Amino acid sequence: MNENVIFSINGPVIRVKDTSTFSMLEMVFVGHKKLLGEVIEISKKFTTIQVYERTVNLKPGEPVLSTKEAISLTLGPGIINNIFDGIERPLKSIAKESGAFIPIGSNVDPLSIDKEWDVTFKIKIGDYVTFGDIYGVIPETKIIEHRLMVPKGVDGQVVEVVLDGLYRLYDVVAVIKDKFDVLHELTLCQRWPIKTPRPVAERIQTTTPLITGQRIIDTLFPIAKGGTAAIPGGFGSGKTMMQHQIAKWCDADIIIYVGCGERGNEITHALDEFSTLVDPKSGDLLIERTVLIANTSNMPVAAREASIYTGITIAEYFRDMGYHVAVIADSTSRWAEALREISGRLEEMPAEEGFPPYLSTRLSQFYERAGYVKTLNELTGSITIIGAISPQGADFSEPVTQNTKRFVHCFWALDKQLAYNRHYPAINWLQSYSEYIQSLVKWYNRNVDINFLDNRQKFIALLAEEDKLMEIVKLIGSDLLPDHQKLIIETGKLIRTGFLQQDAFHKEDTFVPLDKQSKMMEIILYLHDQSLKVLQSGVAFRMITNTNIFSDLSKMRYKIANDELELFDNYLKKIDTALAGVR
Amino acid sequence: MKLQYVGLEEIKGPLIVIDHVKDVAYGEVVEIELDDGTIRRGGVIEISGEKALIQVYEGTQGISLENTKTAFLGHPIRMGLSKEVLGRVFSGTGEPIDDLGPIFVDEYKEVYSSPLNPISRIYPRNYIHTGISTIDALTTLIRGQKLPIFSDSGMPHDKLAVQIVKQAQISKNENDNFCIVFAAMGVKNDVADYFKRSFEEAGVLDKVVMFLNLSNDPIIERIITPRCALTTAEYLAFQQDMHVLVILTDVTSYCEALREFSSSKGEIPGRKGFPGYLYSDLASIFERAGIIEQSKGSITQIPILTMPNNDITHPIPDLTGYITEGQIVLDSELKQKGIYPPMGILPSLSRLMKDGIGAGYTREDHQALANQIFASYSKVGEARSLASVIGEDELSPVDKAYIDFGNLFEKHFINQGFTVSRSIEETLDLGWQLLSMLSREELNRTEDRFLDQFYNHKQAVEDFGLEEKSIITSLKEIGD
Ligand SMILES: Nc1ncnc2c1ncn2[C@@H]1O[C@H](COP(=O)(O)OP(=O)(O)OP(=O)(O)O)[C@@H](O)[C@H]1O
Ligand SMILES: [Mg+2]
Repeated sequence: MNENVIFSINGPVIRVKDTSTFSMLEMVFVGHKKLLGEVIEISKKFTTIQVYERTVNLKPGEPVLSTKEAISLTLGPGIINNIFDGIERPLKSIAKESGAFIPIGSNVDPLSIDKEWDVTFKIKIGDYVTFGDIYGVIPETKIIEHRLMVPKGVDGQVVEVVLDGLYRLYDVVAVIKDKFDVLHELTLCQRWPIKTPRPVAERIQTTTPLITGQRIIDTLFPIAKGGTAAIPGGFGSGKTMMQHQIAKWCDADIIIYVGCGERGNEITHALDEFSTLVDPKSGDLLIERTVLIANTSNMPVAAREASIYTGITIAEYFRDMGYHVAVIADSTSRWAEALREISGRLEEMPAEEGFPPYLSTRLSQFYERAGYVKTLNELTGSITIIGAISPQGADFSEPVTQNTKRFVHCFWALDKQLAYNRHYPAINWLQSYSEYIQSLVKWYNRNVDINFLDNRQKFIALLAEEDKLMEIVKLIGSDLLPDHQKLIIETGKLIRTGFLQQDAFHKEDTFVPLDKQSKMMEIILYLHDQSLKVLQSGVAFRMITNTNIFSDLSKMRYKIANDELELFDNYLKKIDTALAGVR
Repeated sequence: MKLQYVGLEEIKGPLIVIDHVKDVAYGEVVEIELDDGTIRRGGVIEISGEKALIQVYEGTQGISLENTKTAFLGHPIRMGLSKEVLGRVFSGTGEPIDDLGPIFVDEYKEVYSSPLNPISRIYPRNYIHTGISTIDALTTLIRGQKLPIFSDSGMPHDKLAVQIVKQAQISKNENDNFCIVFAAMGVKNDVADYFKRSFEEAGVLDKVVMFLNLSNDPIIERIITPRCALTTAEYLAFQQDMHVLVILTDVTSYCEALREFSSSKGEIPGRKGFPGYLYSDLASIFERAGIIEQSKGSITQIPILTMPNNDITHPIPDLTGYITEGQIVLDSELKQKGIYPPMGILPSLSRLMKDGIGAGYTREDHQALANQIFASYSKVGEARSLASVIGEDELSPVDKAYIDFGNLFEKHFINQGFTVSRSIEETLDLGWQLLSMLSREELNRTEDRFLDQFYNHKQAVEDFGLEEKSIITSLKEIGD
């Protein structure tokens, strides 16, 4: 057999000449150090490969080995509470082996092969099993039960199964005989190609929100479990903060956090925080439900492209076990830029702003992998995708933002001016939207308050009105406005500072349960309505503001602890007293 | 005896092509000897079969197809390092140029380093006291941070960087364990000189390593310069446990060099002609700041960047801002008012600040004060633009109070001067004092307990010599 060798090297792109043995998207090993690569273009003359590592020191003539497999992940216990690079290399083990800097060509097993897992089997000899069936469970972390599922292509009768007990990743624990009498061995893990979505039984309409504890999201622009959201915003506008907040507090079962082409320190910070913060739902550390995928901006660009797929594939694997998974990707723009960079090296014809023409297809394929589903094994699970976008020049008309907008149903637009003014979260309430309200109506009515959505609508209307009035104020000042308009401006301000603003660093304000959000909204609207009545009775608006009741309410988010909602009644009384005093 | 290739296949811009090469590695360094005996260096940036494409760091002027002998050195570009680099001056590619001869080499390190494993990073938390109120209070600099200065030509960014160097306590209690790595990338000689003199005056010259690629030096060399500087910084920080402050100036010239290099390669340009990989390229520089578990040292970066057209959405500041951990933005309007440092506080940001301030680091009320100053100062801008439309006299009392506060704040807090260094207590107290000019109800970003402790309207009015009602006119007499 003649060996395939490197012909040319240009950054992460290498070519092999005169060969027809490779297939598209096949995983290959490049060079003596066996760098991981992927076949991305095949012609009669050349096979083109993108290499997931730095190609420095590589020479023409070094071997390129075929694997006959697409780039795939090892899926099994040990993923949760772990941190991987974009191609599932375990960063902790690499650090242990090689120190602070990631060397070229480190081949460490993704998951520990020595660790013993406590497996309880769910099958017995004679059972018939097929793709997706759960054959055993493992307490992977304190919170997450890992459910071992029959891999694709295995379908038949259990002819052997070991006793419950401690097993390692590659131990054979069961044998399945298919209808052709071929035997298939099951271990604790399986492989899955990252660019192929895992199949489901059916997609179900999503009717439950993903609760984040962030007021502007849960109340104004909610996202459904199984939904998609984009967070576009210029640098420093708060994308990462918002995503960390969601990763920390949202009520998903499992969080996959993909740091794609972003800062190393942010990953370190996330790791630190998740390892010390307690999940309000389970009472255990957040890290026990979290997977971090870190391909920081200084890591090789091809692996950055893969990191998004790695994240979503892991998410699908856990979804198939019946979990609600949230995939948080920071930032999808860096991923798109990785596509652009590779495409440039291939000298492909660029479309808008140098991005390849298939940008929009790739984006849609990615967001398409979200959804609320019935799994092959008849469980329900979901994947919610929340992707940050870093538009160049904070200009939302650029291709990544525009193309993403077509495929997501929540748009949380971060506003540079709000961020400059330290209005956090800097989500612009006029530009943002959620298309999930309709499907969540029942849920809100049943689980929060029958008035919740009405009140939400009133908030939105008041904010829109305030915005219009502010345009006038910019021209003539507020003194000349009639009193009922002054009231709208004052209420608008209260909504902005007392409700929409939320302090991520304040121990009570960082996460706010939905019933508190609902109460706050109610109180603010009560003040507005009562004030309006007072105005109608002829009292000057100045008299009301002089009572300081508005500025008082703007601080209720600090003053009422999340478990003292009964204190809200005091505010009703306060409002009544204040307004009675001016009548 | 090294194998030498005589002659070239092609020369285009800063690039040369050599054909029929054997056993050459991607990224390998070459030495090109000209007829006249001078030596230039370059690096292999593409190999195709037996053809190697090489970028010549010192440029190709004077090179012909026939007058060269090229040797491949068998390793990527690297720097020879030891503690002897301290006090020395190097060229943009890391050759000593101060006539003090070669340095003793303890270790060679590749200039294009491998990425840091985020697992090995330690999240930076220790603040660096700079004595400059706007920075300490509002955009706190943290040891291990990358915090650029966004500026415009003619603005005092160099002065500010020098003031930070002079006043900053980079390493608490271990004062001889800090050093400065300074990399000039395409700046004029007088800028480099200004820094050198300032280091001298501050008595730290023997702790400075300088890399000079000045505006008339070869452009391709400029692409290597920050990497030589950071390789040196990494050696000093991570092998010698030193706290290193790296000043890179001017990032814009660096990016322009990269653009020139990219276009000479015939790459498809992105925004404003800059290559599509500008983000990744800058990240490979800026991400080399930080602290790692394996050592006691740290690398703090202050890149200086002049924004083309003073436009913050230009790709250079834009992509920089997407990588660095905040930015200090200089504001030409403040400069026109005669304010130094003319720091625009609203667009400025320190992302690492939140975890490096407060009780145990600076003072408990620090975050609250910063939040409130940002919130109140942002209202100043609104009031000012309203005033420019309807006239100051027509403003509501609240808006007038904001104008008043804004002017006082700029005069007393921002306008600190080049020679003054304030303690963190002084800075925070001054902040509260100025906020106290506003009515308490306006301060709604702050928990009441801090207001109870620090809010003192009467005192503020007394201190700043102001009657609550006599506002704008009296301002000119106050101060100084
Ligand atoms: N909800 C918030 N509460 C308090 N501060 C915030 C909040 N959101 C953002 N900030 C402040 O803004 C800074 C920048 O936020 P963040 O890092 O999330 O920006 P980003 O949009 O991810 O920027 P980049 O695109 O450059 O990564 C934070 O470091 C913090 O100081
Ligand atoms: Mg971010």
